[in-house]
Amino acid sequence: MTVYADNAATTPMSEAAVAAMLPYLTEISGNPSSLHSDGQRAKEALEAARADVAAALGAQPREILFTSGGSEADNTALRAAAVLGAEKGKRHLVSTAIEHHAVLHTLAALEKEGFEVTLVPVGESGIVDPAAVAAAIREDTALVSVMYANNEIGTLQPVAEIGAICREKGVLFHTDAVQAVGRCPIDVNAEHIDLLSASAHKFHGPKGVGFLYVRRGVKVTPLIAGGAQERGLRAGTENVGGIVATAVALKEALARREEDAARLTALRDRLIEGLAAIPHSALNGDPVRRLPGNVNFCFEGIEGESLLLLLDDRGIRASSGSACTSGSLDPSHVLLAIGRVHDVAHGSLRLSLGEDATGEEIDYLIANVREVVAYLRSISPVWRDLQSGQGRFLL
Amino acid sequence: MALYSDTVMDHFRNPRNVGVIEDADGVGEVGNAKCGDIMKIYLKIEDDVVADVKFETFGCGSAIASSSMATELIKGKPVAEAMALTNRAVAEALDGLPAHKLHCSVLAEEAIRSALEDYYRKHPEKAPEK
Ligand SMILES: Cc1ncc(COP(=O)(O)O)c(C=O)c1O
Ligand SMILES: [Zn+2]
Repeated sequence: MTVYADNAATTPMSEAAVAAMLPYLTEISGNPSSLHSDGQRAKEALEAARADVAAALGAQPREILFTSGGSEADNTALRAAAVLGAEKGKRHLVSTAIEHHAVLHTLAALEKEGFEVTLVPVGESGIVDPAAVAAAIREDTALVSVMYANNEIGTLQPVAEIGAICREKGVLFHTDAVQAVGRCPIDVNAEHIDLLSASAHKFHGPKGVGFLYVRRGVKVTPLIAGGAQERGLRAGTENVGGIVATAVALKEALARREEDAARLTALRDRLIEGLAAIPHSALNGDPVRRLPGNVNFCFEGIEGESLLLLLDDRGIRASSGSACTSGSLDPSHVLLAIGRVHDVAHGSLRLSLGEDATGEEIDYLIANVREVVAYLRSISPVWRDLQSGQGRFLL
Repeated sequence: MALYSDTVMDHFRNPRNVGVIEDADGVGEVGNAKCGDIMKIYLKIEDDVVADVKFETFGCGSAIASSSMATELIKGKPVAEAMALTNRAVAEALDGLPAHKLHCSVLAEEAIRSALEDYYRKHPEKAPEK
């Protein structure tokens, strides 16, 4: 059996999205900036896609800026807010400790350029307290950036509440909604969102396409200079086919969202229950306020990469926040932020279910994770010490 | 998975010499849970030869494979030869490791050395002259 349980990393394209994309790679291959009829056909498709994407968020078409993905959208949003803030002498940025690196690394770069950054901590639940965000906001705060849903532990942030706080205090509010778009109902007006990042490959669209919602009146400084595409805010000939496919995938995801969420939540909870029965394991992040398909566990006494590779041999595609898989010396900053110490954070496993997951697959996941964890513990000196009482169990 | 060579994957999937030697002549443990890799080596020495060797590892694929290969490389070898095992020899025998995983082979070399040093501590008469 093969189970693709890494949908937080990326999702396969939907058939409808692929079908929608293909004509724009061949027959309708004009450049949207060209004035001739081939170009104008492409331009029409591009604008129709923009309108569809806007409608999905309760936005206006001119508020959607297509990008190369979530990372570019995050970079653009933060840079735009920094420039606007600096113009008014505001050089303070507020965000959280569990953001994606596209946000955290941009914040670090801005810090080097003279901005001050406050990262609001999250508690054990992996959910930021809106009151803590409110307390972090100062007179000179240029932006608050809080992700909609966390990519590792799936926790849903109180975006509407934070949006209301920012609106009241007159501070720009950005949310990295890369994991949430297509999976959560989002209304940029009701939630007081000024800037929102999304990425198509997380909702069965193509890789390398994303968008930034920019509330009307918020000025964007282009990251990429050149032609006048995207109203002069993002140069470069548009990925017309990819953008058309993005709109199709998003509409499709939202049409089946509620039904998918209900079914996935039930499967997710069954998976959580099955894995929680493994001794000395713990769920990471809030058990309820999390994405429907996200399951993230720590297993004491083992390391995540070896768990991942052995599961791969059994047809299970998963991911881990261990240092070895992140390519750095430290395990996931998200797991550390919710209070998991290094020893335990190395033994993490993320399973992110796809909408077509089945109960049979959940049983397969539980049985195999249980076996592989038991095997790795049987060859682990850490586990031996824990068992013999020489070490102290943390979970 | 193209992350590792076939040899690494073979030793990772079917590690040689896994386990414990209860009455070991030398035991060495290196690494820590903070960095994510811990190796423990158990040695049985007879007539200045590594008569048996077992390991336990908490760590990534290359850490497990490096432990396995290191034990294979010293099993049946004179103690002096085992002492001279290098991380390069381990990595080469594994048909190479990704650059950011070379530390795993270093850890394997250190684990073997630590176990041998423990053996020398328990049998000072065997220790090489300093
Ligand atoms: C929360 C979050 N933000 C940003 C990104 C980056 O998106 P992309 O891969 O499209 O650049 C990701 C994807 O991994 C993500 O999960
Ligand atoms: Zn390692």
